[in-house]
Amino acid sequence: MTFKLDPKIPEGPLSEKWSKHKFESKRVNPANKRKFTVIVVGTGLAGGSAAATLAELGYNVLSFCIQDTPRRAHSIAAQGGINGAKNYTNDGDSVKNLFYDTIKGGDYRSREANVYRLAEVANNIIDQMVSQGVPFAREYGGYLDNRSFGGAQVSRTFYARGQTGQQLLLGAYSGMMKMVAKGKIKQYIRREMMDLVTINGKARGIIVRNLVTGELERYAADAVLLCTGGYGNVFYLSTNAQHSNVTASWRCYKRGAGFANPCFTQIHPTCIPVHGDYQSKLTLMSESLRNDGRVWVPKKENDPRKPADIPEEERDYYLERIYPSFGNLAPRDVSSRQAKFRCDEGKGVGPTKQAVYLDFRDAIKRDGLETIAGRYGNLFEMYERITADDPYKTPMMIFPAVHYTMGGLWVDYNLMSTIPGLHVLGEANFSDHGANRLGASALMQGLADGYFVIPYTLSNYLASTPLEQVTTEDNAFKDAEEAVKIQTNKLLAIKGKKSASEFHKQLGHYMWDYVGMSRSEAGLKKAIDGIRKLKEEFWQNVNVPGDTSNYNLELHKAARVADFIELGELMALDALERNESCGGHFREEYQTSDNEAKRDDEKFTHAAVWEYTGVNSSPVRHTEELKFENVKLATRSYK
Amino acid sequence: MASNENMTLNLKIWRQSNSTAEGKLVDYRVDNVSPDMSFLEMIDVLNEQLINKGEDRIAFDHDCREGICGMCSMMINGKAHGGFKSTTTCQVHMRLYKNGDTIVIEPFRATAFPIIKDLTVNRGAIDKVMAAGGYISASTGNAPDANAMLIPKPIADEAMDAAACIGCGACVASCPNGSGMLFMGAKISQLALLPQGQPEAPRRALNMVHTHDTLGFGNCTNHAECEATCPKSISIEHIARMNREYLKAAFSYHEKKRSDGGA
Repeated sequence: MTFKLDPKIPEGPLSEKWSKHKFESKRVNPANKRKFTVIVVGTGLAGGSAAATLAELGYNVLSFCIQDTPRRAHSIAAQGGINGAKNYTNDGDSVKNLFYDTIKGGDYRSREANVYRLAEVANNIIDQMVSQGVPFAREYGGYLDNRSFGGAQVSRTFYARGQTGQQLLLGAYSGMMKMVAKGKIKQYIRREMMDLVTINGKARGIIVRNLVTGELERYAADAVLLCTGGYGNVFYLSTNAQHSNVTASWRCYKRGAGFANPCFTQIHPTCIPVHGDYQSKLTLMSESLRNDGRVWVPKKENDPRKPADIPEEERDYYLERIYPSFGNLAPRDVSSRQAKFRCDEGKGVGPTKQAVYLDFRDAIKRDGLETIAGRYGNLFEMYERITADDPYKTPMMIFPAVHYTMGGLWVDYNLMSTIPGLHVLGEANFSDHGANRLGASALMQGLADGYFVIPYTLSNYLASTPLEQVTTEDNAFKDAEEAVKIQTNKLLAIKGKKSASEFHKQLGHYMWDYVGMSRSEAGLKKAIDGIRKLKEEFWQNVNVPGDTSNYNLELHKAARVADFIELGELMALDALERNESCGGHFREEYQTSDNEAKRDDEKFTHAAVWEYTGVNSSPVRHTEELKFENVKLATRSYK
Repeated sequence: MASNENMTLNLKIWRQSNSTAEGKLVDYRVDNVSPDMSFLEMIDVLNEQLINKGEDRIAFDHDCREGICGMCSMMINGKAHGGFKSTTTCQVHMRLYKNGDTIVIEPFRATAFPIIKDLTVNRGAIDKVMAAGGYISASTGNAPDANAMLIPKPIADEAMDAAACIGCGACVASCPNGSGMLFMGAKISQLALLPQGQPEAPRRALNMVHTHDTLGFGNCTNHAECEATCPKSISIEHIARMNREYLKAAFSYHEKKRSDGGA
């Protein structure tokens, strides 16, 4: 089996592609929409907005989430904001500008047509969210306020305090709840997708585990939308929520969906540093803090002094020094790497020396304590609660942490994977952020996909595809369920000596040390070797107490860790094959004399798409050439 | 800060194998608790010990572990989320306790929140109240330009104060009546403050309050325990605004049943 990677980009000028495509797409007549059932897995911004919108249109939606209510999906934790090209600030913004910044921010490894469409619908998202009652920050005149984010020289970020993701998600959730009340969305909570069911080559259903009863359940539909987020938790420690995992995507990969650019991981520069072995997660401090906070380290190595005792001339404000035109708002990949370089030089601060300062002293002096508190009060409080340090008085200590994954299941312009009928939205797909995502773009993409893209492309699919009647009694459902049962029983039967968490932690060490901020051929080979051994050990020595008859949290976790281990190997393999540096993918062998990422456009202007070929054979690497017809490939400079 | 040294703690944790089984408090001891650990990380450590002994780990709800998803729940020493100001359970750190402390950990208890297992409860009733009207009916594609409607900053700010609710249910668990008026009031108030929410405001108040009352939540008798334990410090002023909205609607809002179909 081999798949064709046709991105299905519409013909015509960039700015007209989407309108033309919408016009040419087939539509499902309003009275016929109620004959179709759509499964939406995940209820974050992508899944929530898609479920609400499709239900409003008249489709029957089955919505699944792993938490106890759709409102808890991890989009909720996004702090800083959402981009739009409204140009309300009169600083010269436009759709084209937002498009250009996003393409450049992704280091020219994303698809032009998708990114343009994203920029084009961004403004509709802001309008939509305001009309749903999202209390965005406003000026005294009643107009919407904006702030700046990394990688942009305009103020285009809309925000709701430090809780923008929460407010947007609650907007999407409220839209869902409206349709739940109308009976157009059936809600399934505390369910985890365990497999995809394909019939005649098309995605026609899913197998889920009812986490509370332990039972496996079957659901059939005319199309499946996967909105299950990213896989940053493969690193064990990340800013992701504890339940964020790769299982749904991974099972689809094993059923024939191509996995694109798995190694493209975003390491966010401003997180609270690791402080102990028991730690379960890392907490992000919003990028918006870099609007006013200055990042620095002591010029002297191993400087034992307190930050307040280090005079101005002995501080290295390294982002301002190296990137004068973007300063502290250099993009995430660049800022993270520079923080790592400083710590590698022995200039890191704090007890572990794996941290840099983010200092508000000058901003407080300039704008006053009250103004700074108004902007960041809740973030400062959160920092103090976790670290017991007061950032009004002493600089924050920050260090990069895994935050977002640009890679994901490959999709065409219609957001359809290599399996017909399986659509992938939001962070779970690969399409819009290339090798690095700019701040305030994730919320934009999740909502763009769910509100404004999928309603059109899905109707085209449903209207133009012959779909046979299927029921959950079909053999494909039975077989898929049986396969999950076999895996579950195997996990329960091992009764080894190590918990799933111990394996996960070990995997995390391989990933962070060798597939993290900086990668090398030797390191990646070591990681692949180590992860393979880990996988072998896992299936002989994992300890999963209990059985399937009830709420067995350890079983749920073990199944996720099993998939993370396999994914980890694929990420290392992908990083090894990409012999260049781009965005968040930094290969030590490929750098400029001043340690910036060195792309190889001749060989690597493509998305790498991996095809699963079976348990005992290596995955096959395919490529989708990325054609740049409107943007000139240039060295990405923020100097 | 209570301590910089690692601690030993005695825990009394509610164990209940399923919704119908009988539950009881079980004693556990955890050594080597670092003051920098979060409360949930401390239970993770205990759970790893239980798993290694082949025992069933303690089931508790959690997800983001940064105080925003609203999934963690737990009564700690009789207080929802431990009773620390503006703090969810996942953001409680062990430096707030001292060596040798005994800590009692129970699930959120309320008629509307039946226990699923151990410390995990079913808070589906919150979704049901939201589905009864906690939204603005603005279907995708209808929206006018975002700046077409001006909203004074103080109003937007107050709406945001109410919108900050994370739906954790601490208000219900800490209320002697098991009332859901704070989380519901916050939503009704948020949408009533904003001009976009006006067209549906009376309908929303009537339907949500009615649904709330049928789901096993009690009424508000102004104890204000909810405000004291709310991890987002949501004020009971929003309950007052909800009451005004409800009264206004009860007296003045009527929907005639229509069956004339239209063109």
